[in-house]
Amino acid sequence: MTRHTLSVLVENKSGVLARVSALFSRRGFNIESLAVGPTENPDLSRMTIVVDAESQPLEQITKQLNKLIEIIKIVELDGGAAVQRELLLVKVRAPLAERTQVLQTAELFRAHVIDVNTDTVTLEATGTPDKLQALLAVLAPLGIKEMAQSGTVALGRGPRAMSGAGTLRPVERSA
Amino acid sequence: MTTTPTEAASREAAEALTGVETTARSVAESAAEPATGITGAQSLVRSLEAVGVEVIFGIPGGAILPAYDPLFDSAVRHVLVRHEQGAGHAATGYAQATGRVGVCIATSGPGATNLVTPLADAYMDSVPMVAITGQVPSAAIGTDAFQEADIRGITMPVTKHNFLVTTAEEIPQRIAEAFHLASTGRPGPVLVDIPKDVLQATTDFSWPPRLDLPGYKPTTRPHGKQVREAATLIAGASRPVLYVGGGVLKAQATEELAALAELTGAPVVTTLMARGAFPDSSPQHLGMPGMHGTVAAVTALQKSDVIVALGARFDDRVTGQLSSFAPEALVVHADIDPAEIGKNRKADVPIVGDAKETIAQLVDALRAEHAAGRTPDLAVWWTQLDDWRDRYPLGYDWPEDGALSPQYVIERLGAIAGPDAIYTSGVGQHQMWAAQFIKYEKPGTWLNSGGLGTMGYSVPAAMGAKYGMPETTVWAIDGDGCFQMTNQELATCAIEGIPIKVAVINNGNLGMVRQWQTLFYEGRYSNTKLHAQEADGTPKKVRIPDFVALAEALGCVGLRCESKDDVDAVIEKAMAINDAPVVIDFVVGADAQVWPMVAAGASNDAILAARDLRPVFGEGQV
Repeated sequence: MTRHTLSVLVENKSGVLARVSALFSRRGFNIESLAVGPTENPDLSRMTIVVDAESQPLEQITKQLNKLIEIIKIVELDGGAAVQRELLLVKVRAPLAERTQVLQTAELFRAHVIDVNTDTVTLEATGTPDKLQALLAVLAPLGIKEMAQSGTVALGRGPRAMSGAGTLRPVERSA
Repeated sequence: MTTTPTEAASREAAEALTGVETTARSVAESAAEPATGITGAQSLVRSLEAVGVEVIFGIPGGAILPAYDPLFDSAVRHVLVRHEQGAGHAATGYAQATGRVGVCIATSGPGATNLVTPLADAYMDSVPMVAITGQVPSAAIGTDAFQEADIRGITMPVTKHNFLVTTAEEIPQRIAEAFHLASTGRPGPVLVDIPKDVLQATTDFSWPPRLDLPGYKPTTRPHGKQVREAATLIAGASRPVLYVGGGVLKAQATEELAALAELTGAPVVTTLMARGAFPDSSPQHLGMPGMHGTVAAVTALQKSDVIVALGARFDDRVTGQLSSFAPEALVVHADIDPAEIGKNRKADVPIVGDAKETIAQLVDALRAEHAAGRTPDLAVWWTQLDDWRDRYPLGYDWPEDGALSPQYVIERLGAIAGPDAIYTSGVGQHQMWAAQFIKYEKPGTWLNSGGLGTMGYSVPAAMGAKYGMPETTVWAIDGDGCFQMTNQELATCAIEGIPIKVAVINNGNLGMVRQWQTLFYEGRYSNTKLHAQEADGTPKKVRIPDFVALAEALGCVGLRCESKDDVDAVIEKAMAINDAPVVIDFVVGADAQVWPMVAAGASNDAILAARDLRPVFGEGQV
């Protein structure tokens, strides 16, 4: 499996998410995760899409995405040149006897306790997908009652931005 | 009459949007005057006038009804069709014949969903088209209201773009954007969905509106370095082929193509969508490539060392089995849509740009190559090509049972109506024969449904083409299966005074499917017989339907031909009738087959010139 993270600036209009997800489904592309949110510019939203592709389909994915009228710009954010984070909320079984172990694990992973009761503890953790996987692997034997995880959000490292002065180079529109 | 700078600007805008000089200048100009306190519906009609629309094909209904009131007084003509699918294909036929944007209109719900097939058809064949649909009032959207359909959601995958208009103020802008998107870059259909309350709201109007499409910047100018690289490759090729697709017609680049062909001396093949882009009478033209292409065209691509693809997309019907397609060829791929390049076949020299500009620059770059002494010698290649062409020309056998040959009918039709006529077709055997046996000399004379393969395309498309080109003879070549899908539009033609001519190639069967059943399903004709039959499967004498009677019932002249001796006379009779649509029922043999053929999924090396006739290409010749 080849993972690629695409940061996609889109017009902040209704129906854009439907267009993007429909395109992936129609062309047989696989979405690993998708996160949508506002940007510094109220007219634009940012979609961070993690796709599972070999290099040839990735070119097709970006070219087909670029054809959508409401897509402004696409940048591929690869591992070294970008910071990538996911947010995890996980409710772990934590009776008094085992609570210390849960809290120590949370501390090791720099997770925060955001809810607690007699039976469970809910942790909030952010990090790369790998780090969160590792946290879940440690918590699993203790008993995960429920979890919610966000898609990846990412930004390029360094002073440049996707829009405005000193912009990041977009994925080529021309072949 | 004096023209103010504003008027001139708006006219230029209107012309730029439609891509042609508008014929109704005064209409467009007066429509572009600002107005206050008008309805959304009036704003819509004013916008259509200002953008230079000549005709709209459509059917009214509840949600779109407000728009029909100002349309009643408008200089924009409305053709009342009998089914929305007919409106959509008519808009396509109009666009394909004239190069202008075709427009259709329908109401919400079923009216809109009936447009889905023509939208998908126009999307696959990159036809500039704008569809306007009424929608239930804004407050009712999402409530499963009467005649509600999420047409924007439904048509997302089959349109270049679509809009749901939310306020009356944005109507002029959305209409202008729709026409701009439809007609520029890679053309395609755009749908504008307008809720009824938006049409009824009060608004102000001004023209031209500002276009707000920050994410839309089609690349039309090719990259000079890529063009020069392509020229070097072509100049060094010993077995080049110019593989010409529909993009050359869309870009109106046929003159540039002629110059390129002359300069290179290379063989030219024109795809199903590009018939007419290069004259069939040219000795450099090898015909159509693909599943039912000529042996020479298919084999030339297959054995070539450089393929120059111009506005073509390496469709599976052209390449056959992709992995064995043209194994030795380097590919120059020029297309306005970057996503087509490298999609199916790897491009060695990709060029993104408009075909007209790309080919013109390629001609210049090649002249420089030739001036530098790099002129290829294609004599050996042409000896080989001529040999294939001479040994495996297009042809057909007469049916053994003495029935009329469908290929003969189509061949004679092309000979008598000539290269100035426009020919439309449905989908199936008759379509392939019409692509093979009519000699096309000019762009815009062959209209068909290539990508989607929409049965029922020909009659409404002919109607649209004839409306746009009233002085031109328009022949719809249809099969009896296709004809029964959309012949209701003949009533429209008869009433609206659109005298098209229809040749029904009536073999009583879904002929192409029957051919596949003959070849691949041991002659088990499951559900392909359209004629009434006896218990043992032989045809009954009764004609259901009787196409002559049907034509007359629809207000047309109905003629019939069942023998070779009558073919010319009946075509000439139809040619002489210009005040009413004419339908000729050509009763032909059921067992005629389309050849040559590459079976679906097979390698193009396995082309059969005729049944059980595998061409001998000559070992080691090329």
